[in-house]
Amino acid sequence: MTLASLNLVAALPEIWLLCATSAILLIDLFIKDERRDITYALSMVTLLGAAFLTVNGFAWTPRVAFSGMFVADAMSDVLKLGMYGAVGLMLAYSRSYAADRGMYRGELFTLSLFALLGMMVMASSTNLLTLYVGLELLSLSLYALVALPRDSQPATEAAMKYFVLGALASGMLLYGMSMVYGATGSLDIHTIAAKVADGSANHTLMVFGLVFIVTGIGFKLGNVPFHMWVPDVYQGSPTAVTLLIGSAPKLAAFAFVMRLLVQGMPGLMADWQGMLIVLAVLSIGVGNLVAIAQTNLKRMLAYSTISHMGFLLLGVLAGTVQGYSAAMFYAIVYAITAVAGFGVVLLMSRQGFEAERLADLKGLAKRSPWFAWMMLFVMFSMAGIPVFVGFFAKLAVIQAIVEAQLVWLAVVAVLFSLIGAFYYLRVVKLMFMDEPSDESPIAVKLDMRILLSVNCLAMLVLGLMPNRLLVLCYQSVGHSLGVM
Amino acid sequence: MSEHLLSLAIWVPIVAGLFVLVTGGDQNAGWARKIALVGALLGFLVTIPLYTRFAPMHGGMQFEEMRPWIETFNINYHLGVDGLSMFFVILNAFTTLLVVIAGWEVIQNRVAQYMAAFLIMSGLINGAFAALDAMLFYVFFEAMLIPLYLIVGVWGGQNRVYAAIKLFLYTLMGSLLLLVAFIYLYFQTDRSFEIADFQRVALPLAVQGYLMIAFFFAFAVKVPMFPVHTWLPDAHVEAPTGGSMVLAAITLKLGAYGFLRFALPIAPDAAREWGWIIVVLSLIAIVYIGLVALVQTDMKKLVAYSSISHMGFVTLGFYMLVDGAPTTYGVEGALVQMISHGFVSAGMFFCIGVMYDRVHSRKIADYGGVANTMPKFAAFALLFAMANSGLPATSGFVGEFMVIIGAVKVNFWYAFLAATTLVFGASYTLWMYKRVIFGDVANENVAALKDVNAREFAVLAVLAVAVLGMGLYPQAFTEKMHASVDTLITHVKTSKLP
Repeated sequence: MTLASLNLVAALPEIWLLCATSAILLIDLFIKDERRDITYALSMVTLLGAAFLTVNGFAWTPRVAFSGMFVADAMSDVLKLGMYGAVGLMLAYSRSYAADRGMYRGELFTLSLFALLGMMVMASSTNLLTLYVGLELLSLSLYALVALPRDSQPATEAAMKYFVLGALASGMLLYGMSMVYGATGSLDIHTIAAKVADGSANHTLMVFGLVFIVTGIGFKLGNVPFHMWVPDVYQGSPTAVTLLIGSAPKLAAFAFVMRLLVQGMPGLMADWQGMLIVLAVLSIGVGNLVAIAQTNLKRMLAYSTISHMGFLLLGVLAGTVQGYSAAMFYAIVYAITAVAGFGVVLLMSRQGFEAERLADLKGLAKRSPWFAWMMLFVMFSMAGIPVFVGFFAKLAVIQAIVEAQLVWLAVVAVLFSLIGAFYYLRVVKLMFMDEPSDESPIAVKLDMRILLSVNCLAMLVLGLMPNRLLVLCYQSVGHSLGVM
Repeated sequence: MSEHLLSLAIWVPIVAGLFVLVTGGDQNAGWARKIALVGALLGFLVTIPLYTRFAPMHGGMQFEEMRPWIETFNINYHLGVDGLSMFFVILNAFTTLLVVIAGWEVIQNRVAQYMAAFLIMSGLINGAFAALDAMLFYVFFEAMLIPLYLIVGVWGGQNRVYAAIKLFLYTLMGSLLLLVAFIYLYFQTDRSFEIADFQRVALPLAVQGYLMIAFFFAFAVKVPMFPVHTWLPDAHVEAPTGGSMVLAAITLKLGAYGFLRFALPIAPDAAREWGWIIVVLSLIAIVYIGLVALVQTDMKKLVAYSSISHMGFVTLGFYMLVDGAPTTYGVEGALVQMISHGFVSAGMFFCIGVMYDRVHSRKIADYGGVANTMPKFAAFALLFAMANSGLPATSGFVGEFMVIIGAVKVNFWYAFLAATTLVFGASYTLWMYKRVIFGDVANENVAALKDVNAREFAVLAVLAVAVLGMGLYPQAFTEKMHASVDTLITHVKTSKLP
């Protein structure tokens, strides 16, 4: 292996992130608790540096590194930028929340950054092993993050559940990958795709492996029937960590699906399309129906995530560049919306009080109209009501599946999103139409107010002008798949 | 200026609404009201040139504006009005102005948000009437629900939350199917969302049937037609006076307009095949809902049912086909009825609001002999009651009469059943009027009533002038819609089967 085939430049953001995070890990040991803001600042600088390197190295043509195990292409670059944004916002929103709960320590930062590194590796892998390594780096960091408040019983329980079910899913995934390796003799996704295409891979064995891989994907995305961990983990985790789990990893999971199914096994599309239809319809249905019964806001958002991931799969299973880019758009939009939604919950929490029950939102419009309006944006965007960007995400996906001659699927999807609209409306109702049960004012620092406002207004502005992002998704998917 | 009139009609109220919103809490309520009034007035003034500069002989779109919006999906910001839609933009701006005045002192709680919601909704509704791109229409059509939901849910009566959610989900159900229909048509027309392209594309009968179902759900809910009308009485009863006025005067018209702009021209063969279903449902609405209105004890509910019954005339007018196309009398009568109902129902709901503000009851039984204490009010209320019953020389007569004439040409029994409304409409309206206004003073609440103040008088007077003016000189309206109606009828006559 020569140095040229390593082509380290393509992986510069990852290398920078790894070095910087390791440095933060060390520096933080010498920082006293009251000066923890230094760690915070360093983390932000790290993210900005990674963003700079990604933007600077951006090119439409894929750049391969590590002898074809790693690729930096337009799709992964765009997704990485989304991940930096989500992680950066998560660290910013959770500052006072974490400080109040004794979580404002080096672990929060380094683990979040390592999780980010895992996501980035997932987004850029073209080899089953690197994909798996990225996934495990992400998952292990998240397990530890969930258990960060180690004396909290719900958090420990959530971490345990997450770990056991996550490990099971990883096992499934590895088993499936080993089948694929057995059938094709390669771990490189392009070689696998070629072997499937020329018929030299045993079809039965491939489909057998595919089932396990799709199962693993279903676990990681939180699709029904592999969704049982999602509500418990969302509810049990500290809200800051819930925000992280609910946002950026969905972008990585999208890339994961793209690399494994779309790039790795396009020849088996007929097989995985059917499986994804089942997962998608069940997710949209169960997610939306069960969300209605929730009284805990985080749990409700967990079920809402499940249904959104179903929608994301709809885009993928359309099997066209339009569909993939619609799914990518959906993932990015979802990440922005979820960050804002959990951001509201985070900022509303105070010392010794988690604003996580639905009833805590009662009369919010009277206590803090600004918060109420921001949350209203989030809810209507998630419900897919124009002119918020969530509508265009749904529009793009539905358009892709109608084009793929799956009109019935489109009808099912919109009918369930009608049911979904109910629980989003209920949140708006609680905020605007009920009397507050708790009159205490909500104190939020001005900088966080501005940040959250920008975050929420982004949903409106993107809704008014979605074209740029749509084109960006379309072109990056097209270039990454080599069809442009 | 002229080429941006429609954009102004949409964005002036929305921007004014945002300005109102930034005045913040109720300590600045005075400012909120003033800015809202200026915004609504400006919003109304910019729509007037739509009427004065409208070329009546031109059957196509006028005041067109076109710029690309979302190139990826080929969605354009394409606006324009013809004789079918122009009046509703003006009517909407007009009603919004009245609503702002009507809520002046009545609303004391979260004034800025109330005024802003109405102004923003007004802009969105104008957008829906003016949109020539189906997806643009959809965006406005659905975004409008957000302020409407808040208006009913925040400022409504006892059971407001139930009514607000019911209203939202009912309408959303219809519009989601509409979305799928639009996307389907988008691929049939080679990736265009232009309504004109939708109207041109050839479609097999079965497809037209499915599309008609989707359109039916979307628009029948909004109209509302029997049997998907049940949200309307709830919404009306719970909504604040302003909300009821806009709901009755404008948003119901949006549903009827949808039939005219989408359902009929896009699926004309389906209309020939299955249009009788809509006719039957319309007749049921006219007769059965008219009888339901008769037994109501709540005034707002009575007027709400009367709205459903009157809107039955509109859908009847659209779908009574002679030689495979609607009649000129039917369509124009229906359009006139829509405009007239906008004035009359706004007047009726405002009258009920005036009494409710004083007595805090909508029950007919809590009133009696109001004429003794509120003579001016009683006179105005009589005019609106007469118009609601379809008395000649009021606007209510013109539309109903034209539709009935149209119906006679189609089928005697259609005309017969439709004409029963002249009996039922008069019965329920005048009987309510008699019980509330005439007779001896019923209780001390009524005895303590004060007659209308200058603000209320102004709203009532403006509406009364509109009702009488339209009744006496309907040509001012029909002459501008004639060419567009002819274009529509010619279009519908031509089969679209491939």
